[in-house]
Amino acid sequence: MLPAFVPSGLFRYGFSKKYPARRHFPAPKDLKSTYDVVIIGGGGHALACAYYLSRYHGITNVCVLEKGYLAGGNTARNTAIVRSNYLTPEGVAFYDKSVQLYQELSQETDYNILYSERGHFTLAHTDAAMRTSRWRAEVNKQLGVNSELIYPEDIAKLCPSLNLSDKVRYPILGALYHPPGSIARHDAVAWGYARGAAEAGVEIHQQTAVTGVIVENGVVKGVQTTRGTVYANKVMQATAGSSSLVAKMAGFRLPIRTIPLQACVSVPVKPFLDQIIVSGSLHVYVSQSSRGELVMGGSTDPYSLYSTRSTLDFKEGLLGHMLELLPMLGELKVLRQWAGMADMTPDFSPIMGKTPVENYYIDSGWGTWGFKATPVCGLTMAHTIATGEPHDLIKPFNLERFVNFAQVGEKGAASVGH
Amino acid sequence: MTASNQMGGINRLPAPRGLLIDRSKQITFTFEGHSFTGYAGDTVASALAANDAWMISRSFKYHRPRGVLTMIGQDANTLVQIGDEPNCLADKRAIEPDMAIEGQNYIGTLEADRGRMVELVKKFLPVGFYYKTFHEKRDSWRFWEPIVRAMAGLGKIDLKADFHHSYYDKKYLFADVAVIGGGPAGLAAALQAAETGAEVILVEESPQLGGSLNYARFDETGDGGSRTSGELASRVRLQPNITVMTNAICSGWFADNWLPVIQGNRFHKLRVKAVVLATGSIEQPAVFRNNDLPGIMMGSAAQRLIHLYGVRPGKRAVILTANRDGYGQALDLLEAGIEVAAVIDLRPTPPQDTMTKAVQRAGIEIRTGHAIAEAMHIGQKKHVSGVSVAPIIGEGELGKAVAEYACDTVLMSVGYSPAGQLLHHAGTKFGYDTRSHMFKPEAVPAHVFAAGSVNNTFDLSAVLADGRYAGWAAAKDAGFERGSELAPPVERGAEEQTHPWPIFPHAKGMEFVDFDEDLKIEDLINGIHDGYDSVELLKRYSTVGMGPSQGKHSAVAAVRIVSRETGMDLRNMSVTTQRPPYTPEKFGHLAGRIFDPERRTAMHHRHLELGAQMMPAGLWWRPGYYGAKADRDQIIRDEVNNVRNNVGLIDVSTLGGLDVRGPDAAEFLNRMYTFTYTKLQVGRSRYLLMTDQTGVITDDGVACRFHDEHFYVTATTSGVDGVYRQMLQWNAQWRLDVDVANVTAAYAGVNIAGPKSREVLARVCHDIDLSPEGFPYLGVRMGTVAGIPARLMRVGFVGELGYEIHVPASYGEALWDALMAAGGLNGIRPFGVEAQRVLRLEKGHIIVSQDTDGLTNAYEADMPWAVAKSKPFHVGGRSAEIQLKNGLTRKLVGFTLKNADDPCPEECHLVLKGSAIVGRVTSAVHSPSLKKVVGLAYVHPDDAQPGSTFDIKVHGGRIIQGTVVPIPFFDPENKRQEM
Repeated sequence: MLPAFVPSGLFRYGFSKKYPARRHFPAPKDLKSTYDVVIIGGGGHALACAYYLSRYHGITNVCVLEKGYLAGGNTARNTAIVRSNYLTPEGVAFYDKSVQLYQELSQETDYNILYSERGHFTLAHTDAAMRTSRWRAEVNKQLGVNSELIYPEDIAKLCPSLNLSDKVRYPILGALYHPPGSIARHDAVAWGYARGAAEAGVEIHQQTAVTGVIVENGVVKGVQTTRGTVYANKVMQATAGSSSLVAKMAGFRLPIRTIPLQACVSVPVKPFLDQIIVSGSLHVYVSQSSRGELVMGGSTDPYSLYSTRSTLDFKEGLLGHMLELLPMLGELKVLRQWAGMADMTPDFSPIMGKTPVENYYIDSGWGTWGFKATPVCGLTMAHTIATGEPHDLIKPFNLERFVNFAQVGEKGAASVGH
Repeated sequence: MTASNQMGGINRLPAPRGLLIDRSKQITFTFEGHSFTGYAGDTVASALAANDAWMISRSFKYHRPRGVLTMIGQDANTLVQIGDEPNCLADKRAIEPDMAIEGQNYIGTLEADRGRMVELVKKFLPVGFYYKTFHEKRDSWRFWEPIVRAMAGLGKIDLKADFHHSYYDKKYLFADVAVIGGGPAGLAAALQAAETGAEVILVEESPQLGGSLNYARFDETGDGGSRTSGELASRVRLQPNITVMTNAICSGWFADNWLPVIQGNRFHKLRVKAVVLATGSIEQPAVFRNNDLPGIMMGSAAQRLIHLYGVRPGKRAVILTANRDGYGQALDLLEAGIEVAAVIDLRPTPPQDTMTKAVQRAGIEIRTGHAIAEAMHIGQKKHVSGVSVAPIIGEGELGKAVAEYACDTVLMSVGYSPAGQLLHHAGTKFGYDTRSHMFKPEAVPAHVFAAGSVNNTFDLSAVLADGRYAGWAAAKDAGFERGSELAPPVERGAEEQTHPWPIFPHAKGMEFVDFDEDLKIEDLINGIHDGYDSVELLKRYSTVGMGPSQGKHSAVAAVRIVSRETGMDLRNMSVTTQRPPYTPEKFGHLAGRIFDPERRTAMHHRHLELGAQMMPAGLWWRPGYYGAKADRDQIIRDEVNNVRNNVGLIDVSTLGGLDVRGPDAAEFLNRMYTFTYTKLQVGRSRYLLMTDQTGVITDDGVACRFHDEHFYVTATTSGVDGVYRQMLQWNAQWRLDVDVANVTAAYAGVNIAGPKSREVLARVCHDIDLSPEGFPYLGVRMGTVAGIPARLMRVGFVGELGYEIHVPASYGEALWDALMAAGGLNGIRPFGVEAQRVLRLEKGHIIVSQDTDGLTNAYEADMPWAVAKSKPFHVGGRSAEIQLKNGLTRKLVGFTLKNADDPCPEECHLVLKGSAIVGRVTSAVHSPSLKKVVGLAYVHPDDAQPGSTFDIKVHGGRIIQGTVVPIPFFDPENKRQEM
């Protein structure tokens, strides 16, 4: 047995004469006419689902259809934060399972996702935010999740870079401190699942857009694609950012509004910020990546739009508030900005499970909280597809809740302003 | 390193070379602790080069020495730390006296960086190595992460620095046409747009207009460029409707031609009708072994050094070229007294013209169809010392080396790529042009125009024609038509500029494709073979193009390599999407002076004078309590007691105020709110509760009927904007005959409350009958208070005799002063939001969003009394009825503690049933009036009857019991407020 610190994974690279390429995903090939399961979308959620279907349910005749390149949508655009300090018992249980899966994921997929526990601070600048923070902390603790409401004295010790002065527009009154809060390399999560699924026999087709969903007598039969028709016993959509458009092809509506969410990174500097800092009131969240870049985001844009265009106002507002929190960063520079599309639901919880179309399953409503749920979505959706019944953890997130007045209110736990 | 104070450095060339420097002003600075002297106008890099200091930084992964590459800030090689500013471009930043500059990313010293040992184990660090290891055991990454993390990043953040040491501000600019780039195309475009009638702003990132005209060589004599530059620039200066901004960078393009332009410490936001992007092109490196050594630079970088800064790039040079510009550089070097060992031309049979002939005449050896196979070095890779040259025998394939040349400088002039970043931001599609071997803009969006070499145009006269055409088209687009119609050039001279494959793998590797990220040819090929076989995936996997220069030199080579490895046709490929900014923007620039709007009431200064602790409420500031923080709890108790026993005054200006007027005003409120208002008498008020379509409580307030067709509606401080929006949105559907005006800011308001309030008010209010019969509880009146026109309401939020008085905002302070003076005899004192919270809780009144949440309906809040059953409709009514029928899952109750010795729960402590969470405490306080804990909490509906007990989990996890009691807690018969 080698000790944990021996990087044996590199031996074969260092000691072999020729680069021992290991093709992670198969080269493009023809689509088959029929699969057991077709998954629309090739992002983290879809690939995780394909992974668990193939590895844990023995369903390998699976086809993942991605209109662009692998994991190039919101999987590539999020700010890679993982946490479970939610507000509702349903939400906490669900996201906490995800955190547990994340903690083992590098070993599970044999792909280092650079999972890094940093400690997550949700700053409170108002009485209302302090109340919500305490509420979340109390719910978390009751359900065994490590969270605590802390005050400026503790913040000063744990995160000394923060400006705790009361001579600012919104002084910091306290914070919800969530030690398990983590960051991970977002692409690696998807690639690890993709490789695992592909090696188990799942077909992954990039540059293949779904143009229609074939439904007969209320039962899904397959999909039309830019490369022809594909039949399937079961179909799942996992297309964050265009969930309502895809659902419309299947013939039903979703209570989703799609809103752009902007983010940016700084030029790389030596690590100085180990924590994940979030301020809902100031519309800021920031962490420093393993490359040394500050990864930053703010509030969603104030309108619905199916576009990932960048805006200038976002950067101006965000950086103004950043400098209120971290005044020493005035001379640091923004390297790149981008945007994703957030599928917002009325209650800030996802919409998962069965749909009005038989054998057609949905994984949607991922607003600004999709990345952190990637593993648990894969696990629970695979269960749901394999058994035909929703997994216990996702039952509260069914589509009918908006008709039955059974919403799962998570607005208070959203990181970003909306 | 050699420090020389003579003539601005030993490599300095005599005038007239050195367009940008002022030889009369010497400036001394330090680099890595060594003192150097340059001239005013020098950049850090040019001043160091003048002093023969070529190594400026260490590379990201292998810590290889790096030096000047572009001299125009397009690369990451020259990133240095200046004071507390990390990652400064040494080839852009002007030197200043006593500037202290440090290199970046080394362990030990820049000269002897211990980090260079990483290169020794490079075989063990393949592309994406961190994905392939460090997770062998669950704890592996815990061990390795701090080590890997410590290697990340370049410059340093000084945690003690204060942002406010630098001043940044913002300015708005407007014009008809903006021209970005002051090179030949931009100058021609600006002139033509101005002559067509447009108001033009011309933005140039360098200190001087002219672009390549100032340093590139356009003919064998070498004076064509400067002549054209001088001529165009002076015409631009004379043109009254052109504003020139130099040293100004347009860092992005945003929707509707919204352009950030950074100049000095000012961040301009420029809005124009049309924009001409004449941003030029970026010279591309050749890829060969050790192509990253200091001394190896772009041909254009050497020309910038010579012509702009008067600095000799070396003593003996080899020029690697594939175009005419390489020959121009040979002539430039010769004229500057630099020996040219050879011109190596990748092309087997380059076309002959006057410039190539001039080089031949000068006796310089020209080897065609050859390439550099390898660069040699001295001093641990600190400088290039020579090259070996080999014939090209296939695409990217070299034969055996046939010659070696000793040299201390290698110029690369093998091709260009459009500086199309801003065009990308605007959504331009680029396609690969198989004739010029470059990407070129194909579909440019409306109101955006491209001109010059960014638009695949290289021949100088074609560039000028392209600029004129774009300037004319932009002006026309902006609505100007002076002069005659122009056409774009037919011949653009884009061929023979860029070699299709300047990439030459070497058996021993180290041919860098991406200098920022230390990526070699094999890294990209291996990444492709790992399955990341599209440009986008390869970028993410290998990080090619993700460094500080964002792929300016690596993107095209990466596309070529992917194309070759996968067999994809270049014509169907593109570089990855370029995102703003074009060059990194300082946080300080983006933040500016940090405008964060705040709202103050008319009485704000009175609160401060009285020692109030102010607290934010949305954008507003409100007094929390009056006095020292240390005495907070006692002060709040005193303020409460004074209201209960005497008289207090609170500023309620932040409450929302909406005037609802019109024949349908009552019907409108009936639909918007849960209660009914059609029968409300004029001169009376009634509680308002608003719900959304799902029946969730969203706001509350009071409706005051001042006239049959006029209601004054109050809303919560944070809710009023939403309420106003909802009203407008609904009435857009209903089309009732009603007008709604948000008059929140028009009125200041106070609540004077307490048993003595009538007595105090009577002293300053003489035109209203204040007797209990004349102005009863829930009555509303208009009159004057201290001579100020006022709206008065008898409301009961705090549960005492009291009057809310709303006056025009400009009179707020006068009203406050008058009431404070009038109440002096009675011991009136102001009370703040904290005391008001206690007072209202003693009465059991909810605060929306504290005692309700995003899912609370009126029945859960135990407010069925506020829902009218008799009317056909109100927003959310049907939803709430369904939820009531389905059965409630929780109910808001008043409670006190079963055991009086238990601590007061805090807001949001949980209510449990067994281990299940069934609710929470929403408000709780130790009541000064009742001397016991009272509060509101959500409990299970089974436990909601008075006398029921329930579990509360308080601080430290302890469980205590609450007992449900009826509300109000204080004065249950409500006698006091009805006095």
